[in-house]
Amino acid sequence: MAQAELPRQIPLDPLGEQEQGPNWREYFGFSTDHKVIGIQYLVTSFVFYLIGGVLAELVRTELATPEVDFVSRETYNALFTIHATIMIFLWIIPTLTGGFGNYLVPLMIGARDMAFPRLNAIAFWIIPPSGVLLLCSFFIGPASAGWTSYPPLSLMVNKGGEAIWIAGVILLGTSSIMAGLNFIVTILKMRIPSMPLMKMPLFCWAMMATSALQLVATPVLTGAMVLLGFDLLVGTAFFNPTGGGDPIVYQHMFWFYSHPAVYIMILPAFGMISEILPTHARKPIFGYQAIAYSSIAISFLGLIVWAHHMFTSGTPDWLRMFFMIATMIIAVPTGIKVFSWVATVWGGKLRLCSAMLFGMAFVSMFVIGGLSGVMVASVPFDIHVHDTYFIVAHLHYVLFGGSVFGIYAGLYHWFPKMTGRFLNEGWGKVHFVLTFVGFNMTFLPMHVLGLQGMNRRIAEYDPQYAGINMFCTIGSYILAVSTIPFLFNAIWSWSQGEKAGDNPWNSLTLEWMTTSPPPVENFEEDPVLVSGPYDYGHTYYQDLEDKAIAQS
Amino acid sequence: MQGSTVNQGSELGYTEAHAPEAGHHGEHPDLRLFGFIVFLISESMLFLGLFVAYFTFRAVATSWPPVGTPDLEILLPGINTVILLSSSFVIHNADTAIKKNDVAGFRLWFLVTMAMGATFLAGQIYEYAHLEFGLKSNLFASTFYVLTGFHGLHVLVGILMMGTVLWRSRQEGHYSSEKHFGIEAAEVYWHFVDVIWVLLFTILYIL
Ligand SMILES: [Cu+2]
Repeated sequence: MAQAELPRQIPLDPLGEQEQGPNWREYFGFSTDHKVIGIQYLVTSFVFYLIGGVLAELVRTELATPEVDFVSRETYNALFTIHATIMIFLWIIPTLTGGFGNYLVPLMIGARDMAFPRLNAIAFWIIPPSGVLLLCSFFIGPASAGWTSYPPLSLMVNKGGEAIWIAGVILLGTSSIMAGLNFIVTILKMRIPSMPLMKMPLFCWAMMATSALQLVATPVLTGAMVLLGFDLLVGTAFFNPTGGGDPIVYQHMFWFYSHPAVYIMILPAFGMISEILPTHARKPIFGYQAIAYSSIAISFLGLIVWAHHMFTSGTPDWLRMFFMIATMIIAVPTGIKVFSWVATVWGGKLRLCSAMLFGMAFVSMFVIGGLSGVMVASVPFDIHVHDTYFIVAHLHYVLFGGSVFGIYAGLYHWFPKMTGRFLNEGWGKVHFVLTFVGFNMTFLPMHVLGLQGMNRRIAEYDPQYAGINMFCTIGSYILAVSTIPFLFNAIWSWSQGEKAGDNPWNSLTLEWMTTSPPPVENFEEDPVLVSGPYDYGHTYYQDLEDKAIAQS
Repeated sequence: MQGSTVNQGSELGYTEAHAPEAGHHGEHPDLRLFGFIVFLISESMLFLGLFVAYFTFRAVATSWPPVGTPDLEILLPGINTVILLSSSFVIHNADTAIKKNDVAGFRLWFLVTMAMGATFLAGQIYEYAHLEFGLKSNLFASTFYVLTGFHGLHVLVGILMMGTVLWRSRQEGHYSSEKHFGIEAAEVYWHFVDVIWVLLFTILYIL
């Protein structure tokens, strides 16, 4: 491979003055370098994020007033359906697993690349055409049955768009399975010899748990899509009650994937936060093993709670009871993580850079989403708020307050590694404040709307909700505007930003032990691990130990 | 740099195989078979999902198969099952042969396995053609066709895999006792397809 010969001719500069990232043309081609693929993922999915964001703003604009006045009811249904589909399948999942996972995992474990570089590239190149395909469905009337695509509704409107939607989901699912396969093999088999699992950075633990979910859960969604496709295009009646089918079976199959999908979308962010907080608090992570094992526990428990989405689908009582308790149990490993993060930051020497601000905002916002999650896990409460704006508020606190804040934290933290330059801190803080304020203005009041009984997925609503809705819409505009400073910051800093050097944050994980950006195949010489990934302030503990030894 | 991780591997000793000059993509122990097995675990979840869906349809239905569904003929599928099961033993001979560097032997066993697979598919097509219900007749019929069809597709993929391996084996020394991932993968896949069929046959014809 041509690019493999490039790097060794270029002398490495220890200060990272030398810019030797890949040629820009590589980003548009079939590169097998995990770092190029990682950035391909990040940029592509960010473009989809912007598109999904525009759709969200259209939804919010319609909801600014109680009447149907901005778009038609049909368009409204299409907008929120495609908004959710894009944000989940084309933004959060590809960014966190494909983007950060690809860029960071091999570097963190001291590998030269992923286990299967070509499979990696194929997994990426499935995504842009699938996304474009999905967007093209706007020309023929896109899927409009919500991202859950429940039959029989999904079999009744916009059949062409629905067929494209099914095809898109199958393709994106396949890409996700390929990525998961690659990660799990890479993490299990390609660590440098001096790195046992228990010395692995927590992001890699999180990615291992995520990949397991991708591998186990996604095929079931594919199965559901195949059957739904038959119902839609051939006219079978698997899920169509008029032909003797059972729509509830679809819901079970769908949520068997889509609940774990929540963890596919949050576990990698958990992992990144576990990297970012100790680095900028200059303290060892609190409870390394607890965080590592809790990722695995979440991944396992995440597979057996899916029917909490179906408390109002005629699920029998004993089953509801089981799923309620199982769901609430997930709060335990999740809580362990949150307490560990708080304990990590507690008493630390905090460096309040943008990465850290987003990281701490992640923890606080995710706690709100997590708590409302425990609330809706309770059957009686869920029956009250099912399909209301309370759910919309809850899921956005998890997926935006959680995942997206985590993504931003990761971008500020690893941008210097990826490009050799810092993102501008001033604009970073502007970005943070706008995002934080806009996000909370948009979604916090939705809890109230939900408790008052405003239904989601409906273009018009009772005028009594008008005030709060207008407030939410204004918040969403602030949220939209918040993206602009980030976008310009990223584009400008990529070529003009302040030089960062190899290890600007004085971090201990392996990705910082090479140049910024790293050469092809990552390390000039194989790195050797001589300490754990979070031994910050090591001397302090060393002193304590010495004292203890002296006393005995 | 205050990193506690050292970059100068030379003092601390890296193995020769990992020296930078030797490094290029794919330079690590062969992980393809491991990866392939992980893939099959994922693939089996697809079937598991469909099986569970089948059982749920069945559990919810008032009568299964629905009243008026003609009974399934069991003789032909039974013979088919025997053929497919024995092909699993046949393909194992190919693996044994290549481990002794016997390329002609592995080719022969692959050809026999492919022929058996093709017979299975032909039998299934014959069965489809003579069944008295179609894909859309009722829920039982739909699940029957989709499950067996999906499995049939896997049989076809298995045959194509073996065909590819045979095609590649034209090149002298492409497969040897040391290097035969393609042969192993095709074999593992074929066993997988077999196991799925046993489950499917039990579920659809016997239970
Ligand atoms: Cu859930």
